[in-house]
Amino acid sequence: MSRGSTIILMVMLGISIVGFFILNLLLGSVSIPVDNIIDILLGRDNDNLIWRNIILKSRLPQSLTAMMAGAGLAVSGLLMQTVFRNPLAGPSVLGISSGASLGVACVVLLSGSIGGVALSKLGVIGEVTITLSAIIGSLLIMALIAFVAQKVRGNVTLLIMGVMIGYIANAIIGVLKFFSAEEDIRAYVIWGLGSFSRVSGGQTSVFILLMLVLLPLSFFLIKSLNLLLLGDSYAQNLGLNIKRARLLVIGCSGVLVAVVTAYCGPIVFLGLAVPHICRGLFHTSNHAVILLASLLGGASLALLCNLIARMPGFEGALPVNSVTALVGAPVVMWVLFKRRKTM
Amino acid sequence: MKRRETIRVIDLSTGYYNKKNTSVITRHINASLYSRELTCLLGPNGAGKSTLLKTLTAFLPPLKGEILIQNKELKSYSEADLAKVIGVVLTERLHINNMSVDELVGMGRSPYTGFWGHMSAYDKQVVDESIALVGIEGLRGRMMQRLSDGERQKVMIAKALAQETPVIFLDEPTAFLDYPSKVEIMQLLQRLSREKEKTVFLSTHDLELALQIADKVWLLDKPNGVTIGSPEDLALRGEMTKYFHREGVTFDIESGLFKIDHKLTNSVTLEGNGPVANMIRKALARHGVSAVDNEEKNKIFADKSEIRLNGVIYPDIDSLLDAVDSVFDRK
Repeated sequence: MSRGSTIILMVMLGISIVGFFILNLLLGSVSIPVDNIIDILLGRDNDNLIWRNIILKSRLPQSLTAMMAGAGLAVSGLLMQTVFRNPLAGPSVLGISSGASLGVACVVLLSGSIGGVALSKLGVIGEVTITLSAIIGSLLIMALIAFVAQKVRGNVTLLIMGVMIGYIANAIIGVLKFFSAEEDIRAYVIWGLGSFSRVSGGQTSVFILLMLVLLPLSFFLIKSLNLLLLGDSYAQNLGLNIKRARLLVIGCSGVLVAVVTAYCGPIVFLGLAVPHICRGLFHTSNHAVILLASLLGGASLALLCNLIARMPGFEGALPVNSVTALVGAPVVMWVLFKRRKTM
Repeated sequence: MKRRETIRVIDLSTGYYNKKNTSVITRHINASLYSRELTCLLGPNGAGKSTLLKTLTAFLPPLKGEILIQNKELKSYSEADLAKVIGVVLTERLHINNMSVDELVGMGRSPYTGFWGHMSAYDKQVVDESIALVGIEGLRGRMMQRLSDGERQKVMIAKALAQETPVIFLDEPTAFLDYPSKVEIMQLLQRLSREKEKTVFLSTHDLELALQIADKVWLLDKPNGVTIGSPEDLALRGEMTKYFHREGVTFDIESGLFKIDHKLTNSVTLEGNGPVANMIRKALARHGVSAVDNEEKNKIFADKSEIRLNGVIYPDIDSLLDAVDSVFDRK
């Protein structure tokens, strides 16, 4: 693919983000005229407090969150697919999402029986606690995976270890659920559905700031990622420290998933599907292109999914996970069909 | 232009070890590799060819002994420095998609490019030269998954050239290739060793080819360890016969190549010489018939214009063989 068409496609991805972002602001269960939305965004119109709250406290943060979360998950998925040389690797495969779930489950489900107060009733403090426990849970699992990565050489072994760790985490969650109060289970299940709107108020800006710091970090890995494509032996012969590179890539990818999952709950399929869509569009394996494309594509697709979930007519909004799965699963199937030719 | 010693191996033992036990595969290797030479590592499966190659390329640590590369110990090279000294071509098939030949050869420049992997004008020039040397200009824009095995192997050799290393190690570069491609790859490697003064070391199962093209041969097998020399010296010293003697195969000291033994039960007189007579001799051997000078009963005459058995003219060797078979069957 020529340099020119790569740039054109990249610009089109950028435009799609802007477009979906605007649509996300425009569409919703309450219809607000475009003029008023512009006024509200520019801080001119303060008359209609309800409209103002809907735009500034609901639609805008939700769109920003969706954008960042989508970009993070897609980049993370790409890193995993490259480092494990497996087209079906994704953020949820290594057990990192399960780690986040386990962290949340421990806190939400145990708080009732240990502290005597159900965390789900605690409001903002509860939210922060959930976020933190998700991050801690996923980072712990990630540390475990990183430790295993130092010990085993084969990537498939590591991948299977990740899947097994995921099963163990889910089993523990099952046991915890059994002993928990009903309202706590409900809180946990709602977190588990995944949503871009759960993040509220001040937390949105923390999330966006975190992602703005973390996402560019992945670009430092471009050369290592390209070398990893050649396989361990060739990469090592070309001067790459395999263990360190693998650790850095898994680490970067893991932290991205941890943060996104902590704030939005486990969002499925985006991280798996977007890199494949981008490879299909750009016909290259060069990470300088495909990483940026995944970042933009992830943001765009997440905004689209969020839009579909909130379509007028679906009163009250669908769970985002259903939409991402409906979009993502066919893509994965398409990849499996095409795999014999290209993979 | 004289050859130069690039690698010296002193009392090297190769093998694997872990906490519990050590398994030594080859012991006491003392040898040198030279620039401008093509060295072939020969030996049966399981003799330790791959292990030795992996040890020399620093993928595996040596169990004992030293490996000096350009008078510096292999251990003391950092990963980045080693990448500028040894280039490898592996036998494992690359599963890589949507990477063009250009890009892949460009990866050979990684040890020299900076943090972002950006290629300078010089880097691009080296890539162009490497592609031209291997003769794959026609493949430049093609994707790796669209190449044949032979083309793929050439691309990987171009990658190793772009790495600008004095030493190139290749693990069975001719495996999975058809015969003309095998010859082509071997000739290419020989040419590179001369033109670019590379030290080329490769493992292979293609005995005939190696004996014809290699400057040095390392014969590896479990009981004897490593025997090293030029194919001709090894032949004269009787090492070839010792290493590869099997029922039905002999080493022909005349040609320096291996020959299949045929059990010869009958004989005929063969008169005439030139290629036709030689071919008849070869074909007769396959049918268990030796061609001698003084057998009276059956007489074959062959020259450029005709083939006769006991006075009857045959159009080709095939029909002659048929006739010979029926002569002996009748008995």
